[in-house]
Amino acid sequence: MPQSYLQLENVSKRFDDFVAVNNVSLSVERGEIFCLLGASGCGKTTLLRLLAGFEAPSSGRLLIDGQDLALIPPYRRPVNMMFQSYALFPHMSVERNVAFGLEQESLSSSEIKRRVGEILDIVKMRPYLKRKPHQLSGGQRQRVALARALVKRPKLLLLDEPLGALDRKLREHTQFELINIQQQLGVTFVVVTHDQEEAMTLATRIGVMDHGEIVQVGTPRQIYEFPQTRFVADFIGSVNLFEGNLVEDEPDFVRVQCPELPATVLIDHGISAPPNAPLWIAVRPEKINLSSVAQQHPDNWAHGVIREIAYLGDWSVFLVRLDSGREVRATVANNSRKPEEQFVRDSSVYLSWDASSPVVGSV
Amino acid sequence: MLQQLRQYFSVERLGRPVATAVPMLWLVLFFLVPFLIVLKISFSEVLMAMPPYAPMFEWSHDMLLAIKLHLANYHFLFTDPLYLDSFFYSIKVATVSTLVCLLLGYPMALAIARASATRRSVLLMLVILPFWTSFLLRIYAWIGLLKDDGLINNALLALHLIHSPLVMANTSFAVYIGIVYSYLPFMVLPLYANLEKHDSTLLEAAADLGAAPWKAFVRITFPLSIPGVVAGAMLVFIPAVGEYVIPTLLGSANQLMIGRVLSDEFFENRDWPVASAVAILILIVLLGPIVIFQRYRSRELGADA
Repeated sequence: MPQSYLQLENVSKRFDDFVAVNNVSLSVERGEIFCLLGASGCGKTTLLRLLAGFEAPSSGRLLIDGQDLALIPPYRRPVNMMFQSYALFPHMSVERNVAFGLEQESLSSSEIKRRVGEILDIVKMRPYLKRKPHQLSGGQRQRVALARALVKRPKLLLLDEPLGALDRKLREHTQFELINIQQQLGVTFVVVTHDQEEAMTLATRIGVMDHGEIVQVGTPRQIYEFPQTRFVADFIGSVNLFEGNLVEDEPDFVRVQCPELPATVLIDHGISAPPNAPLWIAVRPEKINLSSVAQQHPDNWAHGVIREIAYLGDWSVFLVRLDSGREVRATVANNSRKPEEQFVRDSSVYLSWDASSPVVGSV
Repeated sequence: MLQQLRQYFSVERLGRPVATAVPMLWLVLFFLVPFLIVLKISFSEVLMAMPPYAPMFEWSHDMLLAIKLHLANYHFLFTDPLYLDSFFYSIKVATVSTLVCLLLGYPMALAIARASATRRSVLLMLVILPFWTSFLLRIYAWIGLLKDDGLINNALLALHLIHSPLVMANTSFAVYIGIVYSYLPFMVLPLYANLEKHDSTLLEAAADLGAAPWKAFVRITFPLSIPGVVAGAMLVFIPAVGEYVIPTLLGSANQLMIGRVLSDEFFENRDWPVASAVAILILIVLLGPIVIFQRYRSRELGADA
């Protein structure tokens, strides 16, 4: 079996009677940006701390480049971490902070100076060499923290909510910069975040975590378009979830009857489930079309009344109450600068979607 | 207009001066005025009278104000070796005691700061516990421990570890023990207050960057605790220089600390002017450390803000 760069084998971590990380197996390839995504308390930070060496696993193995990390204390691991709070040393200048890690290796002072200068150029912090952390803005501290972790040329860089403390505009800018730096240096990143947008933009692959377990691993598109569980479908993005039963099961399509929908749901691929099996159906809001006239198709439609319209500039979000009483979200791109006059509050509307749109899974 | 007047006399405007006036008044009445009186007495001539010194200001009948500054008291302090000797001895005792307190107190404070929350309050309580017993009583207890037929000597003799009792009472050694024992909490508490505020992720960051635990201590924990070290050192050093009770009860009669000298001048010799001059000199010597202490404290307060 070919070894992955970073390999986790059945890793568990228990605190007294609480299981923070439950039997996680994972491989990450060299040069990847791997995001661990999950709500707070799902165990993603514990997993990161296991990699850094601040916690020891209760069972299982962690390997980097084939090397078992078990007996290596944090200060000897080829792993560096960018802390959520940045954890910059308050009594040291930017230069001393970044040099700290190199001073622990036996390097000449000219070599240290050169590498500190190099990395500060990359994060564009060279002009602030002599500043103390409290004299820097949040974005600048984040860059120093990144430089301090990267200057050691780690095999693996761990980032704990790297953009959490930045405001929205700065986040967007920094996200792309982070990807640039990562590609420039070729370091493997493991990022922990609860922010799916952050995970989507940064990650080559995402691992979604829930209750200490990794529930799905995949590219951002796979996670979004093909969620394997109801939890993932619900957690990533917004989604309309319906429960129903399998009524027609063919190799290349299935029909599902949902009590909350007037028509059956047609899905353009087969699934493996017994007849009449209870299933869940998920339809993303942006895949729902609005129309003021009734549909010709027997499947994949619903009728309701517009309850709310939220104009977000690029998008408008419609909250539609179906005849069954169920509320459904639909988003429409604002392609025109004029409002679409047939869709106003309290007007009647028909919803429809393509047979390729719904995600289906067993309950 | 009315608005402006109202603002001018608002609580916020008047509140601050009023709030600071009370402690100011307190300091002026009970610190500055007594200090000026002591300063005045230090420049007067000793008399067998009541009060036992000559007045500094004298009105003569032809509207003449005579101010007599009697500098001989200070000159005397530098000519009689008793005073300088006891001064230097006091500073030596205070310095060594401060260092010993730091060496003992730092690990204690660090251990308390890193203990679990429940254990921490118990440990802090233990540090403060000695204050529940009278200070004088605790020093007398040390006499009982250290004297020739005291607890320690008797135990060592009984165990046949020594053949004749160790002379510990009425020595410098006993003074050091007394001062270190009495002032240790004043070192531990400010150090603890500082160390307790340290962000533990800084140590994780140091470890992450390759620093072994002892190195993280040298580069991160200790530098960040210096305000606490200075505060603790000053709280031990300043009162230790003028300490009177401990050297009187535990020390030898040959080597006097300056506090004892001051008391002897005042009560035994009834030489108020020389006693006052000694007091002023102590103050001048301690002014340096006090200034350092205040500067660090204000810097630490500034860093918190």
